This record gives sequence, structure tokens and C-alpha cells, in this order.
Amino acid sequence: MRYFPFIFFTLLYCSASAANIYVGAKRSHKTIISAMDAALPGDTIFVDAGHYREKNLIIDKSIVLKGIGSPVLDGEKKYEIISITADGAVVDGFKLIHSGISSLEDLSGIKVYDSRNVVIRNNILEDTFFGIYIQNGVNCSIENNQLIAIGLEEQQSGNGIHCWKGDSLRVIGNQISGHRDGIYFEFVKNSVIWRNVSKNNLRYGLHFMFSNDDMYVNNVFRNNGSGVSVMYSNRIKMFSNYFEENWGDAAHGILLKEISDGFMEGNYFKRNTSGIYMEGANRIYMKRNVFENNGWALKIQASCMDVVLELNNFIGNTFDVGTNGSLVLNRFNNNYWDKYDGYDLDKDKIGDIPYRPVSMYSMIVEKYPPAMILFRSFITSLLDKTEKLIPSLTPENLKDPAPMMKRAF
Amino acid sequence: MNKIIKYVITDILRNKIVLIYTVFLLAASFSVFSLEDNSSKGLLSLLNIILIVVPLVSIIFSTIYMYNSAEFIELLVSQPLKRNTIWLSLFTGLASSLSIAFLIGAGVPVLIYQANLVGFTMILTGVLLSIIFAAIAFLATVQTRDKAKGIGAAIMLWLYFSLLFDGLVLFILFQFADYPMENAMIGLSALNPIDLSRILILLQLDVSAMMGYTGAVFKDFFGASNGLIFSFFVLLSWIVIPVWYSTLKFNSKDL
Repeated sequence: MRYFPFIFFTLLYCSASAANIYVGAKRSHKTIISAMDAALPGDTIFVDAGHYREKNLIIDKSIVLKGIGSPVLDGEKKYEIISITADGAVVDGFKLIHSGISSLEDLSGIKVYDSRNVVIRNNILEDTFFGIYIQNGVNCSIENNQLIAIGLEEQQSGNGIHCWKGDSLRVIGNQISGHRDGIYFEFVKNSVIWRNVSKNNLRYGLHFMFSNDDMYVNNVFRNNGSGVSVMYSNRIKMFSNYFEENWGDAAHGILLKEISDGFMEGNYFKRNTSGIYMEGANRIYMKRNVFENNGWALKIQASCMDVVLELNNFIGNTFDVGTNGSLVLNRFNNNYWDKYDGYDLDKDKIGDIPYRPVSMYSMIVEKYPPAMILFRSFITSLLDKTEKLIPSLTPENLKDPAPMMKRAF
Repeated sequence: MNKIIKYVITDILRNKIVLIYTVFLLAASFSVFSLEDNSSKGLLSLLNIILIVVPLVSIIFSTIYMYNSAEFIELLVSQPLKRNTIWLSLFTGLASSLSIAFLIGAGVPVLIYQANLVGFTMILTGVLLSIIFAAIAFLATVQTRDKAKGIGAAIMLWLYFSLLFDGLVLFILFQFADYPMENAMIGLSALNPIDLSRILILLQLDVSAMMGYTGAVFKDFFGASNGLIFSFFVLLSWIVIPVWYSTLKFNSKDL
């Protein structure tokens, strides 16, 4: 306790010293730069509405930069607008427009360099190359920002929220559209992506690489060039996300490539060319997801192992499951398949005969894509029915031994 | 001409088969829509009815009707009437009664449960298929006087269009799997009205699965207005050519 007076007075000193500085046309500081030069760590700079051309603002002290009535920071298509190099800096309530474009330096709307505890919230970013870029950040949070880019092609466009190397990041409630990748994670761990809407991006709505122990919850990924891609990561958890309207030859609701120990629950896959595409995925547990009106609900390559699907609903998909080989090391159990035509004599709500989700025709189409033109003709349904009785082409072990009679939930 | 059409239609109505056909379609359509929990699945079951039952009923009923009215046709020919007029009015009467039966039997339920683009495409193709197979039946009946032969030919034609043709296409596809077959497939599909109708409906029903490369080729073709006009004209020519050819035959036929 003998340090108590020391701590007390230090705190008192700190709180007393946190000054408010105002910037605006009618204030003492006309530019943000001059206010930042005058500021001490812990100060708050309030910026009035207006149009500011400040070139590159570098925040190198832990200050709060707060916009009142969304003041506009203009990068004049040449500069990175805000660079943060200080721990604990806050950028709140700005509108950032027209950052420079450079593939050499990854110019961004807001870029964080090697810092901790940075908060970026309530900003609007329009026509920025990269939107918000965290380079080696720890415990930073990106909340309620709107990022709109007008990207025309992948080379001319950067990622919306780009996190390269980081730990304990929080990406919450952002809306991202028109970028190359909506949200990009590489070497980021222990982070959460929650309640974001990522749509109409050129490539992926969400792009994960080498990022372990992350979680994403309640996000919407809609109509992105190729959907969502999660690659080379371990222990990813996905809850209650929406994957919708990802159309195209190589588009998937979500692509899982070289993923291990993942967990997916309560996700919705609607109207995608393929809902989930899995390649080299191991030990993924999928429970209570909904697959609705997809071309293929699930494409599971023979390289996947110990993937477990339980209590999922498969409704109105053209093909339920597609695969490329006869090796099956995965398990399906208690799912609801709307194409199931078995019976339930003992009335335990579980079908008495197994369901084989891979139809013969999906195997044929996988091999000879033009055969799609004969789909739903009399002869193909005949072939499918024969195959169901005596499986020859389809993998014999790929089956749901106990399919639900009614929707699983 | 109108008089003959009117007579044909009342005659068909009196013979009740078309009425039963209508009631069957109504019952089938309503039951598929109300049995399935989502009505798009009902559409799928209905698709099978349209692609199999409608051509079958159209072709068999028309063939038998034509053979049964052989005496009536002879009577008409003895009147001061052009043979063209007789043949075309018979065709119009038959085709329109079958189309009306389809419109009431399947069109009404579809409009109630699925009044969207898919539904309309289905109704349109169903009507066209009814007329096309009536036309093909006319072609079969004009070829031979032998009733058994004619009905047999009609059944074989139906079997060919609904089953054998697809088998052949599948066979060709497997044989030429190493070549880009997308455009050839489009060409082949024009040779079978049932296939063409199925593809038109498929493009709207299984949009997501059709978004792959091959699907994109089909969709680019059939989805674009040129492709739609093309398929519509092909379907129309499936009516016009058999009717025209059978009329020619009938004009010079020794009754």
C-alpha cells in the first residue's frame, strides 16, 4: 500500500492532463496536423465537419481523433490518409475518401503499424485502395465502419479490412463492398469477426490464410466473386453466418482448403453454385446448418477426412453432395434430406433405410459437365433410381444411415 | 372451317376422355403442390407430368381419334370442301381441345401456387407440347390406314422422344467426352421438342447448378433473347412441319 499515493497522483495527473483540442474553420487550430503537433498522449482532438486535405496524417501518440458530423479527409488519390504507429490511438467518426493507389506500398484509408489497443470505429471509407489495414496489431478493434470501393478489376483494387499478422483483433459490425477481398486475414490468431456484411466484392467476401483459433459469427457474405475462402488454418469456429448468392463456375458459399479442427454451426447457405467446397479438410464438425437452393449443397473431395455432418437441413438443392472419388472417410448422421424417400415404420422420426446423398447423375456431371443438359430427363431419373438400388458408380459408404424424416430443427 | 372445328370440339367433349384427362391433371397438380412442403418441389414433380404424360396423352388420343373419325373424314371429303380446310380444322379442333384441357388442368394450379417466370414457362411449354404431339400424331395417322400400325407408330414415337433420344444423346456424350460438346448439345436438343422444353424450364429451376461453365454456355444461349426466340421457333417448327407435311400427304391420299 505504500505505493498507493504514488499511483493515485499519477492517475490524477493523467486525468487532469487529458485535454480537449478542437479543429475547425472557426477554431484556433485550422488543420488536424497542427492540432496533432500540439497534442500530448491521452488528449482528444475534436474535428468539426469540413473538407480536410492533410496529405498523410501520422498518428504517433496515443490520442483520440474524433470527427463531429463526419468531417471529410481527402487523400487526393495520392496519399495514405491516416497512418497509426502509436498504441492506444482511436480514430472515430471520419469520412475518408480517395486514397492513393499503389501496389508497392499498399496505400490504405487507415493503416496501423505494429501497435496495440488501437480502435477504429464509425468511419466511412469511400474509394480507398485498401480500406483499413492492420499490420502487426494486437488487441485492436475495428467497429461499425462502412467501406465502399468502386473496384473494377482485382489488380486495381485492395482489400476492405486487411489484417496481416495480428492477435486478438475484433472486427465488428462493418459493411464492406466493392473491394478485392472484403475481409482478409493472414497470420492472425485469437480474433473475432462479428456481425459484418461483406457483399459485392470482386474476389472473396472473407479470405483466411494461416490464421488459427479465430471465430466468425453472424456475418453476411453475399454475392462476392468467389464467396468465402478459408485456407490453411486450424481451429476456426463459424457460427450463424449467411453465405448467399455466390454464383459462378469457381464460386462457393465457402471454400475450405487444408482446414483442420473446424466447427460450423447454424450457418445458412442459400443459392450458391456450391454451398461448401471442401478439399483436404480434416476433423470438421458441422451441425445444424441449412443448405437451401444451392446447385451443390456440399462438394466434398476424397481428400477430406473425419468430417462429420449432423442434424443439417438439405432443402431444394439441385444436388445434395458431390464428390470425386470412392474413398469416404467422413460421416453423415441424422441430417434431413428433402430428397429422401424412405419410410419410418417404428415412428422414431428417423428413416429406416439409409440415404445416399450422392446421386449418380452428380457423378456423371462431375465427369462430363455437358451432361447437365440431360438433367431431370426421364432416362436420367431412371438411371438414378437404378443406382440407388445397386450402387456401382457412387461411393458405397457415402450415406446417411439415419436420416431424419422431418427437418432437423 | 369454324363449323368443323366446333363439331370436333363438341365431339371430343362428348367423348369424355379429354374431360377425364383434365380432371386427372387437376388432381395431380393440386396434389403435388399440396403434398410437398415447398412448392418448388411440386413444380419438379409437375415437370415430370408435363414431359411424360402430356406428350403421351396428346399423341395417343389424337391418333385414336383420327382413326375413329375416318368415316367422318370420308363424309367431309365428299362435300364441296377443300381437303386442306378439312385437315387443318381437324387439327385445330384437336390441338385446341388438348391445350385447353392442359391449361385448365395444369395451368390453373400452377398460376395459383407458382405464378412466376418458371410457372409461365411451364404452362407455355406444356401447351406447345400438347400441340406438337397432336401434330406428330397427324403425321403418324396419315402414313397408314392400318389402325394397329398407326397407334404402334405413335407409341414408338413417344418412346423415342421421351426416352430413347436422351439415351442416344448420353451415348454420344460419353463417346465424344474429350471434345467440347456444349454447342453440339444445343444443336442436338433442337431435334427433340421434349428436351428443348425441359431445358427451358431447367434453366429457371436449377439456376444455381447451371452457373458452372457448361451451364453458363447453355444459359448464355437459351437465357438470352436470341436463344429464347430460337427455341420458340424450333418448337413452332415442330408444329408447322409435321402439319404441313401431313396436309400434303392427305391432299394426295387415296381414302
